[in-house]
Amino acid sequence: MLKVVWSLSGNTMFTCKTLQLGPQAIKGLSKVSRILKSTSPALITPRKSYVQNFCLPGRERFSTTATDNAEGGNEENQNISVTFVDKDGEEKKIKVPIGMSMLEAAHENDIELEGACEGSLACSTCHVIVMDVEHYNKLEDPTDEENDMLDLAFGLTETSRLGCQVIARPELDGLRLAIPAATRNFAVDGYKPKPH
Amino acid sequence: MAIFRAMIARKFSSATVRSLRVCVVGSGPAGFYTAEKMLKAHEGAEVDIIDRLPTPFGLVRSGVAPDHPETKIVTNQFSRVARNERCSFFGNVTLGSSISLYELRQIYNVVVLAYGAESDRVLGIPGEELNGVHSAREFVWWYNGHPDFSKLTPDLKSTDTAIVLGQGNVALDVARILLKPPTELAVTDIASHALAALKTSSIRKVYLVGRRGPVQAACTAKELREILAIKDLYVNIKETDLLTTSEEEEEMKNNRIRRRVFELLSKASSSAAPHPSSGQRELHFTFFRKPDKFLESDDRSGHVAGLQFEKTTLQGRDGSGNQIAAGTGQHEDLKCGLVLKSIGYTSIPVEDLPFNFPKGTVPNTEGRVLSSDFAKPDYGLYVCGWLKRGPTGIIATNLYDAEETVASISEDLEKGKLTSASIKPGREGLLQLLERRKVQVVTFSDWEKIDSEEKRLGSLKGKPREKLTTWKDLLEVTTK
Repeated sequence: MLKVVWSLSGNTMFTCKTLQLGPQAIKGLSKVSRILKSTSPALITPRKSYVQNFCLPGRERFSTTATDNAEGGNEENQNISVTFVDKDGEEKKIKVPIGMSMLEAAHENDIELEGACEGSLACSTCHVIVMDVEHYNKLEDPTDEENDMLDLAFGLTETSRLGCQVIARPELDGLRLAIPAATRNFAVDGYKPKPH
Repeated sequence: MAIFRAMIARKFSSATVRSLRVCVVGSGPAGFYTAEKMLKAHEGAEVDIIDRLPTPFGLVRSGVAPDHPETKIVTNQFSRVARNERCSFFGNVTLGSSISLYELRQIYNVVVLAYGAESDRVLGIPGEELNGVHSAREFVWWYNGHPDFSKLTPDLKSTDTAIVLGQGNVALDVARILLKPPTELAVTDIASHALAALKTSSIRKVYLVGRRGPVQAACTAKELREILAIKDLYVNIKETDLLTTSEEEEEMKNNRIRRRVFELLSKASSSAAPHPSSGQRELHFTFFRKPDKFLESDDRSGHVAGLQFEKTTLQGRDGSGNQIAAGTGQHEDLKCGLVLKSIGYTSIPVEDLPFNFPKGTVPNTEGRVLSSDFAKPDYGLYVCGWLKRGPTGIIATNLYDAEETVASISEDLEKGKLTSASIKPGREGLLQLLERRKVQVVTFSDWEKIDSEEKRLGSLKGKPREKLTTWKDLLEVTTK
């Protein structure tokens, strides 16, 4: 999987319109990396990486480096299998590259998971429920910032996390994530979450 | 007019039959989430979003604090909705003056009112009209460059103390903007007139006053954590205010939000220095104080000089199970030169719309507006957002709210409850009427001109954008 870290400096005009980078965008990025290679070789450092959110609101200059996955290697080891279960109980099994967040993986696979703040820990709309406790326990503890957002999530459970903070790792292979149903009682004041 | 002709051309060239004409009044989160869900649920739906401002996004633009840019990222999603072929944004169109509710209902099959709450709850106590007393809403609109309040000119130079009534997130926002070093605000999209005023502000002490205790404080952890982290800020929270009853302890066990807020307040109290050092900015959390009256200044007639409070204690619960603050008969005065009331918003009624005045909302059932006489749904008219539920919740709350309203619309359509299911003129009808009335309609691509210009001006100052803050400037850019 390409780790794309953008490096566009100088006079290149580039407006970041969306975080969601699907396969098309990755192809586009390879193109850009070829252009960058020919114009500013100093910017390219070959190393493995993964697509990440580099778009900070209001910033029009940002730097990253586009690289190729020089190592190749077994494709199986680069992905894990994740199943999303939507609010109607429908399941969708997808392959998620190591290092990608569940929010991004959902969007790349047309799974309906909201992401209002596009992964910047400023909302709770990508809230997912980890269905297997063993997997939940393998995740790193949420930071204060994530917990602050989880406070506001609708339908919060004991194994809830923000999808943008769950990153694919080999030990999470077989992960099952439920997308919570909208509750009738959606007033923040009236909400009574389970004890934590 | 060119827009109108282009719209007609688009309609006839489209292959899909546009059978359902929907108008959403209000382009904040409630309006945009409603539009998005309507478009998704109905392939034949065409949705027009109108707003009285030339700029879209409601409180995301005018309410979210300038130092919270990540919270504004949701406008990317809303922009994608607006650019959908079956959706249009029309700014500078005011319900009640540019077009009446009655007229909208003639032109569209479905009308969804999502215009929020643009007024304030009042305390109703003596002295509320004194100079120097503002609602937090006005103050927030002022620093966010809302064109209706660019001339507010709050006086930040003749006092060192501000009192904020209320302890919700809006109260914390205004306190933080008053206390944060202006150099940190200079790189945000704060309105330049506000930045200039804050740079010369003499305010060094802010009181956040609540009628009840820390367990009842309405703010949430993120905002509290943020204000407590302001560099070199002296924070004062009385230890005695942090004593809790066993009932409150039980309540916190079951309420994650309250528990974490209380923990933050406790930690801040125990780790606070005993006294502020000279020149240090101060933040005081004052609990169990109910405002009785505003005190007028002896030197400056007509200007506020402080507040008289009655001390309270918690006694009993109301119908929703919330603790009630009861007066004790003991009073206490606090001096200040600026008061910001952050006690809640309220909606504004329009003609032909039933209204629940005590609640400040439109009577409805699951988003269906109820007709005034028989409390039966007035099919075809719906509400979403604060106008429906009251002024509480976060941006995401509207996601679920919109889902409910759209589900009601879909159900009503399916069951044939929309008696006027006939072909409606929709967008063409709206634009024709507005042209006759000489209303200068601002389309989404017009807004994009404003957006580009603001970003361009901002880049000259190291800000993400420099907001245009007058009606004149905003409308002028759209004509270029």
